[in-house]
Amino acid sequence: MTADLILRVVLLTDYNTRVVVFGTVMLGIAGGVIGVFLLLRRRALLADAVSHAALPGIAGAFLVMVAFGADGRSLPGLLLGALIAGLLGMACVSVIDRYTHLSEDAALGIVLSVFFGFGIALLGVIQKMRGASAAGLASFIFGKTASMLRSDAIFIGVSAVAIVVVAVFLFKELRLATFDPAFGASDGWPVGILDLVLMALVVGVTVLGMQAVGVILVIAVLIVPPAAARFWTDDLARTTVIAGAIGALGGYVGTSISALAPRLPAGAVIVTVMGVGFVVSLMFGTSRGLVHVARERHRLLMRIREQNLLRALFECEEAGAAVDTDRQMSYLGNARSYTGAELGRALARAERDGLVRRDERGVWAFTNAGRARAARFTRNHRLWETYLLEYAESAPSQVDYGADFIEHVLGEELVAELERVVEREGRRVPESVHTLKRGPA
Amino acid sequence: MNDPTRPNAIALHTRDLTVAYHQKPVLWDVDLDVPEAVIAGIIGPNGAGKSTLIKAILDLMPRATGRVELFGKPYAVQRRLIGYVPQRESVDWEYPINALELVAMGLYRKIGWFKPVSRVYREQARAALSEVGMADYADRQISRLSGGQQQRVFLARALVQDALIYFMDEPFAGVDAATEKAIVDILRRLKESGKTVFVVHHDLESVTEYFDYLIMLNMRVVAAGPVDEVFSSENLRRTYGGRLTLLDKAVNAVGRTM
Ligand SMILES: Nc1ncnc2c1ncn2[C@@H]1O[C@H](COP(=O)(O)OP(=O)(O)OP(=O)(O)O)[C@@H](O)[C@H]1O
Ligand SMILES: [Mg+2]
Repeated sequence: MTADLILRVVLLTDYNTRVVVFGTVMLGIAGGVIGVFLLLRRRALLADAVSHAALPGIAGAFLVMVAFGADGRSLPGLLLGALIAGLLGMACVSVIDRYTHLSEDAALGIVLSVFFGFGIALLGVIQKMRGASAAGLASFIFGKTASMLRSDAIFIGVSAVAIVVVAVFLFKELRLATFDPAFGASDGWPVGILDLVLMALVVGVTVLGMQAVGVILVIAVLIVPPAAARFWTDDLARTTVIAGAIGALGGYVGTSISALAPRLPAGAVIVTVMGVGFVVSLMFGTSRGLVHVARERHRLLMRIREQNLLRALFECEEAGAAVDTDRQMSYLGNARSYTGAELGRALARAERDGLVRRDERGVWAFTNAGRARAARFTRNHRLWETYLLEYAESAPSQVDYGADFIEHVLGEELVAELERVVEREGRRVPESVHTLKRGPA
Repeated sequence: MNDPTRPNAIALHTRDLTVAYHQKPVLWDVDLDVPEAVIAGIIGPNGAGKSTLIKAILDLMPRATGRVELFGKPYAVQRRLIGYVPQRESVDWEYPINALELVAMGLYRKIGWFKPVSRVYREQARAALSEVGMADYADRQISRLSGGQQQRVFLARALVQDALIYFMDEPFAGVDAATEKAIVDILRRLKESGKTVFVVHHDLESVTEYFDYLIMLNMRVVAAGPVDEVFSSENLRRTYGGRLTLLDKAVNAVGRTM
């Protein structure tokens, strides 16, 4: 494998690769976009049942076309068969679910396995038939991306664009139908029909994906990118865009890798690449990724600990207890629920951050930077406490003990008023660096 | 603001309404005629069938027998005139949607098919959020709100719907006193503009203050009518039984206000 080959694939110089990449990228986009709504509707497994149920449709369509003397491998014909069988499978699930005591997961399991098994049996029959060249059919199980023709890719591209356009136009309606169908119905929206439209789009993507990734794996195109996208944002429109992008990336990277190593089945590689995208999102997603959440949490904890320590030290000075090590330590120990070791660690961290140092007597004292920060925290804290008392009704949405400057949240005037309240009660408010910075009045 | 061509129109009319879960009827023979432009309280003990009554009116569950009309026509025809806030929202709280977008959902009907939510509508939704004291939370994903805050957001969504008849199943459960007052003010404004509001309520002490019409329910209608006619100790006993010490307090309240 030479660098030249890699470059040719990545830059899509090769005509065949270009065709296939186009097809899989469009499929990835459509799957990602529609999959978001599918996932939010909690119907992911229904789509899996639909795709498995499509296999006997493909085999059946082949038999019908051969019986009429046509080429059994015509793609539109096969996909039409897949579509019909998929819809039939979906109907079976809802009939079993609605009219029997069996739950939906049992219905899904029955339809998925029985239809798929029947499909495999039909493929066996076809392989035994004389004359009929059924070579391509088995590739629908795991997909055979490389067999994609220019016309197939264009067909996938056009359908994908149509699917995405429908999703864009019905964005708000689909949000309503997936978030709160009961409300939607009471508001006069045909949620049942919207649900059907969504499922039709899902079946559409499933059928489009069959050739490229196969009936078993096509569900991944619908589920993995949307699930990954949820770790990056809490906004539906952005989720949809990100899911489409991850789907497209999976199609592009997966197809390229399999073009470089021709024995790797592209469908499987595409799904694997999407899986990598999922893991990366799960770890590093900027909204709910595990690493992100843990890091934010850690930062917050550190901040709160630092603020509490600085405030305790400041109050220790105010109380005149910062005269020798013993009194200071016992003051700090009492002020907060520190164990000796925790206190030591907190002080060591603050020292490393250049906020405190030990003087010659071994007593902890502020550096200039530390004193300014401690004064600010103490001031904020006292003002917030007063604010909570004075403005209890609106407070919970305003109070931010962690805010750097209370003035930024409440405005200078209100803060000045709070200062007066605190001082009237005989407590001291450390001066604000914020107002000092504004220069002499 | 009553329409003179339609004096004292009947907002809600039910005849012979019976509702059953499985084999067991939980509401019997409900006959109601509630005039428009009132705030109507629905009271009764837990399990009395208050939520069931609303659900049966709104076709959310099948009725065993009986007829329901809203302004003289069945719900199926009138549903665009109805706003509903259920007792407990059964939505996916992790859904990627924030408070403002949720409230805007109440405006979808006005916006119409295919069009996105434009700035005008976003501002309307924002105004409704601040009416229920939630303006500061517009951008919060809904699972990151407290229970009472979530409830207020759903209430705001009903308010922007601009319905003629509202059904609110315990809108005051879990909200603080200040918010309760704010919501009551909103209800009064709705009433003044000719809307009819049904409110399931549990606090008997505030009944005379909040409502001008009252439906007292315990598997059947014990009494229904203007508050000062039906809110009596006799009817309370028939609704709640003699067992509640709480009744005495409420009855005292009746004595005071009448
Ligand atoms: N899904 C259900 N299946 C069977 N029975 C039900 C169901 N929902 C409610 N019930 C029964 O119907 C009766 C009326 O219930 P409903 O929810 O209307 O009471 P409610 O007056 O709203 O009470 P609450 O004050 O607790 O909200 C109760 O006895 C209850 O047990
Ligand atoms: Mg109830």
